[in-house]
Amino acid sequence: MGMTMTQKILADHAGLDKVTAGQLIKARLDMVLGNDITTPVAVDEFKKIGADRVFDVNKIAIVPDHFTPNKDIKSAQQVKYIREFAKQMGIVNFFEVGQMGVEHALLPEKGLVVCGDVVIGADSHTCTYGALGAFSTGVGSTDMAAGMATGEAWFKVPEAMKFVLKGKPGPWVTGKDIILHIIGKIGVDGALYKSMEFTGDGLKWLSMDDRFTIANMAIEAGAKNGIFEVDEKTIEYVKEHSQREYRVFKADEDAEYTDVYEIDLSEVKLTVAFPHLPENTKTIDEIGDIKIDQVVIGSCTNGRIEDMRMAAKVLKGRKVHPDVRCIIIPATQKVWKQAMDEGLFSIFIEAGAAVSTPTCGPCLGGHMGILAQGERAVSTTNRNFVGRMGHPESEIYLASPAVAAASAVAGKIASPDSL
Amino acid sequence: MNVKGKVIKYGDNVDTDVIIPARYLNTSDPAELARHCMEDLDKTFVSRVNKGDILVAGKNFGCGSSREHAPIAIKASGISCVIAETFARIFFRNAINIGLPILECPEAARDISEGDEVSVDFTTGVITNITKGKQYTAAPFPEFMQEIIAAGGLVGYIRKQLA
Ligand code: SF4
Repeated sequence: MGMTMTQKILADHAGLDKVTAGQLIKARLDMVLGNDITTPVAVDEFKKIGADRVFDVNKIAIVPDHFTPNKDIKSAQQVKYIREFAKQMGIVNFFEVGQMGVEHALLPEKGLVVCGDVVIGADSHTCTYGALGAFSTGVGSTDMAAGMATGEAWFKVPEAMKFVLKGKPGPWVTGKDIILHIIGKIGVDGALYKSMEFTGDGLKWLSMDDRFTIANMAIEAGAKNGIFEVDEKTIEYVKEHSQREYRVFKADEDAEYTDVYEIDLSEVKLTVAFPHLPENTKTIDEIGDIKIDQVVIGSCTNGRIEDMRMAAKVLKGRKVHPDVRCIIIPATQKVWKQAMDEGLFSIFIEAGAAVSTPTCGPCLGGHMGILAQGERAVSTTNRNFVGRMGHPESEIYLASPAVAAASAVAGKIASPDSL
Repeated sequence: MNVKGKVIKYGDNVDTDVIIPARYLNTSDPAELARHCMEDLDKTFVSRVNKGDILVAGKNFGCGSSREHAPIAIKASGISCVIAETFARIFFRNAINIGLPILECPEAARDISEGDEVSVDFTTGVITNITKGKQYTAAPFPEFMQEIIAAGGLVGYIRKQLA
């Protein structure tokens, strides 16, 4: 029996010819990631281990992004602690305010992950890099500490589900609609512990930004990782962003999958996830009048340049509804500059939206746009759990940048075509 | 490595909230956590558990929020091993990382009864039900996982490795 893409990458990094689902292995790591919430705990554990140096100063990335620029004294102390650790250890990839971005948008852009890599991150959305044909998954702070000390982690080899994408997506339909559609279909535990492997002819219609969005939300279906088959677009992206050597792993013809889904992209409609689970999806034509108070466009799910362009396309020459606060957060400094150079900010500001420096901010109810009791937001982020963006009685509707921008103009959840 | 003990048995979907209720998470002291282990599922657990006892459960053991406190509480209560049909992913990782041995074995999990005397050999994965005179086989732990368990968890294991 053959191996899946994920199994092949894991076997390679474990130094084994073959692995099978359920097997416990130890694998070599190409990158270990942490943020301002998880790294302080990992540093404590690292100190308990008694290591006096990290395994490789180039293969650790620390990105203070959740509460930065520091929103209060506690977060400032935490970042100070990890900044000092990074300096002391000589960690090259510590990204200070001014260079930082939301971690999962930043790492691919900086060329720190390439096809064939094994990556762990003490953050659940580490699965984002599967878009590049890498195996990457979220772990705990203890794993991050051990990874920093040894350059290895143990894994239980996952089973996999295959998603064969076909056809061309319709107008306005993006990666966000596709992944929400899939989660609506299989549920928030539909891929529990498994890999979600994406393949098929339809891939050619998906940009890298679409793929990052899809892989990012694999965890919202309970998956251990999401991974895309590598094609020319992937290679082009990797070559443009990284000097590192990449390797392409393809699934075997006879690889075993627990389920195979065919998704016809031409039939996917604009999709919105209702509170309080990403699986509560409705297509745009099933939604009645839902008045909103806030729109957030950004995050590791949808804070990339195409997301900014999509929002600008909708907002151009229009005004944000007077009852709505529209907050736009480019995910990295590079996206920020690009958006600025392309004149997108003029469109945003003229429409009456606010533009923020890169941060996770409102995505986790941290800062920069917290919801009050009873308020509703349309957000391009990935989780709409109870209280995620503020008051326990607030509501989050997850959508694409196009739908979010259209909703900002309409003052209620809306399709860009309805404006 | 072997363990032997009497079985305490629970059903499916035992979540981390009942293993250690969130109201006790203001401490990470194992002994303190152990005093409240399983409190919301079985108030008698703490008084009847003996050192070395084995916990047996159904599907999806340890589901819910990803707290490392849950396996810590179980381990500190004296439980020597957990056998279940399946474990939730994060619980599985956390248990190994803090040095609580766990085995997935649907057959054993279904067949073993409360109070049975059971022994487990981690090297071979063989689970022996002494009371019923039966044997079941789980996938054995690879060597490095046995070493993690023996070192009391991932931190201890790597400490040793680097020493
Ligand atoms: S943007 Fe949101 S989901 Fe992404 S890393 Fe930040 S807090 Fe997590």
